[in-house]
Parts: sequence; C-alpha cells; structure tokens
Amino acid sequence: MNEVDGLVSRILEREKRAIARGLTWVERDSEDGKALVRALFPLAGKAHIVGITGAPGVGKSTLVNSLTLELRRRGARVGILAVDPSSPFSGGAILGDRIRMQESVMDDGVFMRSLASRGHLGGLSRATFGAVTLMDAAGFDVILIETVGAGQSEVEIMQLAHSTMVVLAPGLGDDIQAIKAGILEIGQIFVVNKADRDGADHTARAIRGMLTLGMQHLDWFPPIVKTVAEHGEGLGELIGSLEKHREYLSQSGELALIRDGQTAHVIQLAMEDWVDREFRRVKAGAGWDALRQQVASGARDAAEVALEMLRSLTEGDNNGS
Amino acid sequence: MIRVLVAKPGLDGHDRGAKVIARALRDAGMEVVYTGLHQTPEQIVDAALQEDVDVLALSILSGAHPTLVPRIMELVRSNHMDDMLVLLGGIIPDDDVESMEQAGVARVFGPGTDTQDIVQYIRERVSEHE
Ligand SMILES: Nc1nc2c(ncn2[C@@H]2O[C@H](COP(=O)(O)OP(=O)(O)O)[C@@H](O)[C@H]2O)c(=O)[nH]1
Ligand SMILES: [Mg+2]
Repeated sequence: MNEVDGLVSRILEREKRAIARGLTWVERDSEDGKALVRALFPLAGKAHIVGITGAPGVGKSTLVNSLTLELRRRGARVGILAVDPSSPFSGGAILGDRIRMQESVMDDGVFMRSLASRGHLGGLSRATFGAVTLMDAAGFDVILIETVGAGQSEVEIMQLAHSTMVVLAPGLGDDIQAIKAGILEIGQIFVVNKADRDGADHTARAIRGMLTLGMQHLDWFPPIVKTVAEHGEGLGELIGSLEKHREYLSQSGELALIRDGQTAHVIQLAMEDWVDREFRRVKAGAGWDALRQQVASGARDAAEVALEMLRSLTEGDNNGS
Repeated sequence: MIRVLVAKPGLDGHDRGAKVIARALRDAGMEVVYTGLHQTPEQIVDAALQEDVDVLALSILSGAHPTLVPRIMELVRSNHMDDMLVLLGGIIPDDDVESMEQAGVARVFGPGTDTQDIVQYIRERVSEHE
C-alpha cells in the first residue's frame, strides 16, 4: 500500500491525525495532496456544504460555534473550515477564528481547521475544494466554511457551497457595504446577527427591500433570520432554513447539477496537473532548445508544436504505465 | 509554510505577550493559529492536532508550568505528535528550565527575549524536520 492509499483508509476510519495530515497535503497542493483528493472524491458528495460570509466582526465565528453545538445536539457530525487573509507583505497570517469556537471544537464529532488565503490566484479555492472533499469523504454531515467574503477567491469559495449564508449585524452600515461587495447575489440565506442590539429589525427590512428588487421570479426566495449567536438564539430557525434550502436543491435537481459540475472540475484539475507536469518534463529534456528556437523564429507555429507534444506524450503513456 | 499554534494554558489574566509573539511570527511569514486565553492542556493539544502545526508555542505567566507542561507533553506523546516542536515562554524561573526541557520542551525563552531569536530558532529547527 502506498502512502496515499494508507492515508485514505485512515481518513475513512475518521482518524483525526490522518484528517489533519491530509488537509496539510491538500493545502500544500503536493502531488500526494492531488492524488488524495482524486481518490477521495468518489467517496464524497453526501455532506451539506454551507458557506458563511460577511464583514469582519459581525459574529461569523461565534455563529459557527453555536450552529455547531446545535447541529451536534441533533446528531450531525460537523467539519469546519475558517479562512483568514494572509498578509500581503510577509505572506504570514494570524488565524484567530478558533477563539470563538472553543465550546464546540473539542467534541470528537467536530473537526475544525483554519486556512490562510495564501494570496495565490485560484489557489485558495482549489485548497478549499480539496479540504471540503476530504471532510465530506471522512463522513462529516455538514461542512461549514467561514470566510470574510471580500476577494475574488472568497467568492469562488462560496460557489463551492450548496447553501451560502450572508451574515450582517445592525449598526455597522452593513446594508450599504453588502451591495457594494456584490454579496447580496451570493446569499441564499441572510442572517441578521447581534439581534440583541438596536436596529436589527431595521437591518432585516433593509435587506428585504433590496432582495425584492429583482428576485420575485426565483423559486428560492432567501429567508432572513435573526440570531443572537452569543446566546444561541435563533439557531433552530436558521437550521430549519438550511434544511429547507437543501431540500429545495435536491427537489429542483440543482444538487445533482452541482455534483456534476464538481466531477467535471476534478477531471479538469487532473488534466491541468498532468499537462503542467509533462510540460515541465519536456522543458527539462533534450530537444527543448531547438523547439523553442523554431517557435521564436516563426519556423513553426506554437499550437502545432504543442499538439505534437501532447500526441507524443499520450503515446508515451500508452506504451509505458 | 511553517504553521505555529500560540497557546495560553492556565489562568493568566492577559495575553499581550502571546499576541506580540503571534504578530512577530506572522511578520516573519508564518501562519499562526491563536486560540485565546484560559486553554486546558486537552484543548491545546487537540487544536495542535487538528491544525497540524509544526510548532506549539506555549506562553505561561502564572507559575503553573510545573503542572501544565508535563500534562501537555504527555498528551503530545499519547497522540503521537512527537515531531512537533514545543517552545515555552513567559515567566519561567532559571531553576525550572532544565525540568521543562526534560519534560520535552525544545527551548525555553525567558522574558525580554528578542522575538527575532524565536523566529530564527523556529526556522532552523523546522527546516531540519522537513
Ligand atoms: N452583542 C452580540 N455580540 C456578538 C454576537 N455574536 C458575536 N458577537 C461578538 O462580536 C464580536 C465578533 O465576533 P466574531 O465571531 O469573532 O466575528 P467574525 O469576525 O465575523 O468571525 C465578538 O466580540 C463576539 O463576542 C451577538 O449575537 N450579540
Ligand atoms: Mg471569524
């Protein structure tokens, strides 16, 4: 049994350390990490993947904590991924979401991992896709992904989720901020957290006003749920909305479409990885200088050379492995 | 990418020192998981396990290190996490350094340590591992 197969079986046995190590491989995007995601993908597809996004300080981590406690009470196993930005200067990051999740993460039915955005284009959504696949295959029933929802990669992450909750809080001018960030379009459920504070009703009305501006025709009209994450209030209603949305996705056929899309994605990633790897090998090989010069001088067309390379590679593959 | 858990076991009343370390490590390009005050040894080791960190940096001011650190190291070993580097900072009397190292701490950093020394120490030790 090779190292990847060994880790796969330990992950399927829900061994915490194996899940943790697998996530590290996935984050590093090493060859082993890629192979791991490919091996686990067919075993995934059962979890409900839930995105939680909103401005810093609205209470997302606190909400993840109380949501996890409530889901555990109902018997679900919960995987949590919390993404924080990497510093553009040093590349380092402080990942502080665990501070608010201490009550829920000690339970063996919960696994929580902090991820840094690491700044590279597409890299974050790729790592998150791998991490979600791993947790899904490991048998977590619900996977919660927290992000601050600002950059392009964060929006891509939210597209990974079956159900995305946009969290707002009264008195932060968030209603305005939300439209600016284009965040209204990605929410299937809106949460007005800190409902213990003045202005929660006002914020809820403002969201409803903006949503009705062009969404009446949709089959799913986003519910607006008020919560006090700090005291676990409103969580029953929130879980009810999540379940309804999941049911809607299943009934409408969207859930199956999402899985189809992900399957296509896995194949595409494998193809890109393969081309990447082989191209690096060709570049390191003998005939490369001559080929490069032919293309540079116009003696041969780049696409023609590329096609020839691909053909010889596939032939090589048939003969070899 | 070097990942570090900065943890505060026990009942210390503030975490200014731990936050200074966390920021210094971040500025040195590391990913720092921070879990806040009042952590039990069980919580800390469980977080280190889930986060798969290379380094566990403990900060203890209360004087409770003679009980907390051996308990943490016991959990580290029973979870087969011996490849993780464990560092200790805060207020640790010179007389206790040896017993802390015997318990499994790789290095004790006293008050007034230059954060750059910690950065350099981690860089050297972690690249040895990988
Ligand atoms: N008043 C009030 N404060 C809350 C509530 N939920 C969270 N908070 C506080 O809001 C602050 C930010 O919470 P956090 O979960 O870290 O927000 P995040 O940045 O969105 O993840 C913390 O001080 C929380 O204690 C709530 O329902 N009511
Ligand atoms: Mg947070």
